[in-house]
Amino acid sequence: MSTPPSSSGYRFDLAKWATVPTLLWTALFFAAPLLFMLAVSTWKRGRGTLDPVWDLGNYEKIFSKSYLLQGLFNSLEVSLIVVVVSVLVAYPLAYMLAYRVPARWQKLLLVLLILPFWTSYLVRSYAWSVVLGDNGIVNSALLAIHIIEEPLQLNYRRGATVLGFVHFFAMLLTLTIYANLVQISPSYHRAAADLGASALQTFIRITLPLSLPGIMVGAFLTFVITMGDFITPQILGGAKELLLPQSIILQIQRAADIPMAAAMSVLLMLAVTIVYFAFSRWLRLSRM
Amino acid sequence: MRWLRHGIGWTWLALGYTFVFLPVVVLVLFSFTSRDVPLPPFEGPSLEWYQRIFDNDRMVDALVNSVVLAAVSSFVATVLGFLGAYGIARHRSRWEGVMRYVIMAPITVSYLIVGIGLLVTFHVMGVPKSLWAVGVGHVVINLPLCFSIILAGLGEHQRNLERAAQDLGASELAALLRVTVPVSLPSILAAYCLSFTLSWDEFIIAFLLTRFDVTLPVMLFELLRGGSSPELNAAGSVVFGISMSVVLIAAAVAMIGRRRA
Repeated sequence: MSTPPSSSGYRFDLAKWATVPTLLWTALFFAAPLLFMLAVSTWKRGRGTLDPVWDLGNYEKIFSKSYLLQGLFNSLEVSLIVVVVSVLVAYPLAYMLAYRVPARWQKLLLVLLILPFWTSYLVRSYAWSVVLGDNGIVNSALLAIHIIEEPLQLNYRRGATVLGFVHFFAMLLTLTIYANLVQISPSYHRAAADLGASALQTFIRITLPLSLPGIMVGAFLTFVITMGDFITPQILGGAKELLLPQSIILQIQRAADIPMAAAMSVLLMLAVTIVYFAFSRWLRLSRM
Repeated sequence: MRWLRHGIGWTWLALGYTFVFLPVVVLVLFSFTSRDVPLPPFEGPSLEWYQRIFDNDRMVDALVNSVVLAAVSSFVATVLGFLGAYGIARHRSRWEGVMRYVIMAPITVSYLIVGIGLLVTFHVMGVPKSLWAVGVGHVVINLPLCFSIILAGLGEHQRNLERAAQDLGASELAALLRVTVPVSLPSILAAYCLSFTLSWDEFIIAFLLTRFDVTLPVMLFELLRGGSSPELNAAGSVVFGISMSVVLIAAAVAMIGRRRA
């Protein structure tokens, strides 16, 4: 590589301009399409083309047709359940890993915990549908020990969707909560014990409040990803109850109504943005 | 009371790990079955299903599409992420906060929204669906991750090396290519590998933006409509295996980098 001459007096300041391509890419292919989506959500599907009518017709339709709005409610409900269940599953795991498992085993167990998640989420959902099927492992085991006489219908219902989501997010939350717990200085626990607090009091008044940031970051990510995921409910939940992403895809594939899909996507984004501001105390995007 | 609490804790931990591993073990185990359903009891082992997917031309095409897509889009995301991180780390600007916010913004939005945004835009502009369109979307979603990983690796001690190089007569560009890039190579490779694994098995953007040149996840989704089959287990295990290999390479590179530093 030859060195370009720099004797001309003018020096191109590389570091100053280095961010430009990156910002340009994000502006062109992320920000602009979202603004465009917002614009198209006020258009109408015409005959083989799109009519730029610039009105709120799609939004009025969403709020007047219950089957369109239902997706949003279902998604909010499922996401909330997933967040709560995932925190309840993950917190004890993170607690055990941080405080009970000997330090030299912690790293190995964390790596093991992440391992299954390099399967794609599509493949994971598929694997769960096999596990939960009529002749799957769960039903076979329960039949073998005579807890049940007939296979249980586990697939294609909300419970299966929640399970599929919790499987992923329990792992994610265990990591964020663990990272938070190991940062809490043990002297706080000792001080609380010296002052006569019981183990339970120490947990409720010291450990839990100090690990709140880890819970919040994980809970937010869980909420955002659950709200926007199409594949898990599609594979595990069946067609009886649609979540918002499924309704959006349906608008594109069946109805070929792109403006309507855009309007529903705007609603999805709006819901997530509202939650983002509710959580913003704990999320510092610009510091990541 | 204490033993009870500990007992519950350890039981929870054991159940948690069982829960996490159950689907993966079932997936991989029943990819080696000789029966034609991926269900117990297990019979085999047999490689019949792997044979079948590698004999299927459409499946192999999809696999190749996925690898090429991941390799190229991750390269672009890593280069752009590096440039962004270099600019932020090496140039003081009062816009720094805003620029960081803009670069990181895509991670607050679901893949679905990124995909729909691009779908709507490309549709109206008349850009046909293709692997290229998917690649554009994958760069968008991976750029923030590459940026933050590489930025974290651009420390002050490297800056001194860059200054030394420039004092010795190297231009800024030469210092960048001969000092900054080699020194932050571990974080650059880590960013590339992470980006690769995410792009390689991403579904929704690929599903929305391709028509004929589908990727492996889209292909698997189409296959799923026909119900479960050990063929899907085998394909899923291949996806898992390739992701794991890339992760292991990244971990090895990171370890070598740390030892050298």
